[in-house]
Amino acid sequence: MNSLLIAPAIMAGIGLLFGAILAIAQRFLKVDEDPRIEATNAMLPGTNCGACGQPGCLPFAEKLVAGKVEPGQCTVSSDDDIERIAEFLNVDAGRKEKLVARLRCGGGARQAHQIAEYQGFEGCRAAAVVSGGGKGCAWGCLGLADCEAACTFDAIHMNANGLPQVDTEKCTACPDCSAACPRDLFELVPLKQNLYVQCNIPLAGAAARQLCSVACDACGKCVADAAPGLIHMENNLPVIDYSAGGPARPDAVFRCATHSIVWLEGEQFQEQESRRAGVR
Amino acid sequence: MKPLSLLRHSFEHGVHPAHHKAQTEDLPIQRVPFVKDYVMPLGQHIGVPSRAVVVAGERVRRGQIIAEPGGFVSTALHSPVTGTIREVGNFRGADGRFAPAIAIEADPFATQQVDAGAAQDWESLSLEKFIEAVQMAGIVGLGGAAFPSHVKLSVPDGVRIRHLLVNGAECEPYLTNDHRLMVERPDALLDGAEIVRQKLGAEETIIGVESNKPDAIEIIRRHIQPGQPVRVVPLKVKYPQGAEKMMIKSVFGKEVPAGQLPRDVEVNVNNVGTIVAIADYFLRGLPLIERVLTVAGPGVTYPANLVVPLGTPVREVVRFCGGLKGESREIIMGGPMMGRPIASLDVPVLKGCSGVLVFTEAETARRKEYPCISCGRCLEACPYFLNPSRLARLSRARMYDAMKAYHVFDCVECGCCTFACPSSIPIVQLIRTAKDDLTHRKEPEE
Repeated sequence: MNSLLIAPAIMAGIGLLFGAILAIAQRFLKVDEDPRIEATNAMLPGTNCGACGQPGCLPFAEKLVAGKVEPGQCTVSSDDDIERIAEFLNVDAGRKEKLVARLRCGGGARQAHQIAEYQGFEGCRAAAVVSGGGKGCAWGCLGLADCEAACTFDAIHMNANGLPQVDTEKCTACPDCSAACPRDLFELVPLKQNLYVQCNIPLAGAAARQLCSVACDACGKCVADAAPGLIHMENNLPVIDYSAGGPARPDAVFRCATHSIVWLEGEQFQEQESRRAGVR
Repeated sequence: MKPLSLLRHSFEHGVHPAHHKAQTEDLPIQRVPFVKDYVMPLGQHIGVPSRAVVVAGERVRRGQIIAEPGGFVSTALHSPVTGTIREVGNFRGADGRFAPAIAIEADPFATQQVDAGAAQDWESLSLEKFIEAVQMAGIVGLGGAAFPSHVKLSVPDGVRIRHLLVNGAECEPYLTNDHRLMVERPDALLDGAEIVRQKLGAEETIIGVESNKPDAIEIIRRHIQPGQPVRVVPLKVKYPQGAEKMMIKSVFGKEVPAGQLPRDVEVNVNNVGTIVAIADYFLRGLPLIERVLTVAGPGVTYPANLVVPLGTPVREVVRFCGGLKGESREIIMGGPMMGRPIASLDVPVLKGCSGVLVFTEAETARRKEYPCISCGRCLEACPYFLNPSRLARLSRARMYDAMKAYHVFDCVECGCCTFACPSSIPIVQLIRTAKDDLTHRKEPEE
């Protein structure tokens, strides 16, 4: 009977001893974690996309509480969520202008001229290393959906014309599509900037028009029609400088013969889809 | 090293594609007539692009320097034709991208005599001057890689080269340009080999030829002078026998470890075309302005072995061969295993272009792809002992960084794995895609 009790007694003794050590450790070695970090993290979307520049949502929450970043740097949260976080932490929301990914190419299957047929693994980068795919243009969209696969927010879908359609609601301006594109065609642009150049061909005149019916042929009419200083030509392409020039107005796009400079309200390629602009 | 493999002059792994050489192997090399327009890309060799030294409107003579080396790993370019510089601008290259190039319009009334220097007294040239001369002659590896030859011949101090290996394997199916060169110009080949051997201080020249070219082996052997330290070694017919590391294994039984060069096993390997180009420069003063290539394949009307001035549009080369047959579908620059399809007939013939092959629907129809069944045939085929199946799967999952641990950069894209795959998986293309992503991917800012 006695020997039966020895084992439980030893176990209980060890348990009490370690319990006492833990109790002492808890008293003297306690780390105070700011409860606000956990609360802030709960208010963040939890997608760990990295668009804010941090490795994930928890590190972003830690920096938020430490005051090193502003809530507005999270591009995924809605305006209301940002406000809530800012109120909770009692800091300035620092809401940044909403950026979206825009494709610097309007040459889909119906506009860009095909010079060959590409057979092989279905991927832009794969096609780019085999003679640059089938399109004659060496700078435009390959249309094989590497960006669609790279987008973690389901914001990019290939449209019927073979171009990636970016859903401006869902796009969080993380740089994933831009990193995936072998032609480096995606730009993160403020949604409010309506004037946009949808071409990447550094050729001028007939040489550019030969490759694609919506190619910029560097005629310079948009430069002349826009407010002085707003648009200038660089490397045979118009560059829009919102900081330097006057107000951007749709005037600049009216005389563009190839529809390579466009006035965007919302998503890209909508007008093109409805009017089939630039189809010969 | 297995002694048996040395006896058979072979290496482990590899594949046995059908040769398809009968079409052109007995056709003598012909010269393509001059055409109107030529385009010389400045970056037609591995390394830094050359720097143009001519401007639009300038008159150039055939053989005159039109671009200087842009650095050490770079060579000079010479005008392939007497005429006028039309433009120095961007033109479409074989890879589909537009790149800086010099466009030349030939003078239809010129005699097209080569503006060549005299033969050089190569024996009295110092090694530095010799290497500089090879660079200024624009000579690159003519086997297909177009690596500047002078870089290969620059052996660092303390490294000894004992053997000069001349690569006449021509293991790619269809191609017969090296074969014809060995048959028709054995003297130039042996003279060039002697120049390189003496300059490198090597003891012996070994010419490796696949045993399916008995006439070439016979003719070279007949031209070897008594006492000349030259040996012709017939090699087993197996792809990729012409890959330099495979050939070293076949001839010497030595393995060149990954990340090392042939010189680490005291060997220097050069293609027969390169050796003949060196002979032409030092004995006749002729810089690299033309090359021999094979035009073959079921889609070509009259297959041929041709001497083509560099910069000639592929369109003109094909036109000289009677044009394309109606059912032609795909044009490949280089051999069918390693060459690349071109998307436009306007791209020019480059220094590294060993063939223009035209295929029809029957050869190029994409076979239905099946999932990998882990049969391991690609592992048995890979001459570099990589795991192509794993690499392809990682590439498909876009896990490019993980592929570095599987030695993706040791892959030379020889195509054995894709050839061996019973599921028709485009393994080499997946590997090329990954390499391109790893070398060119734009890292996000911050």
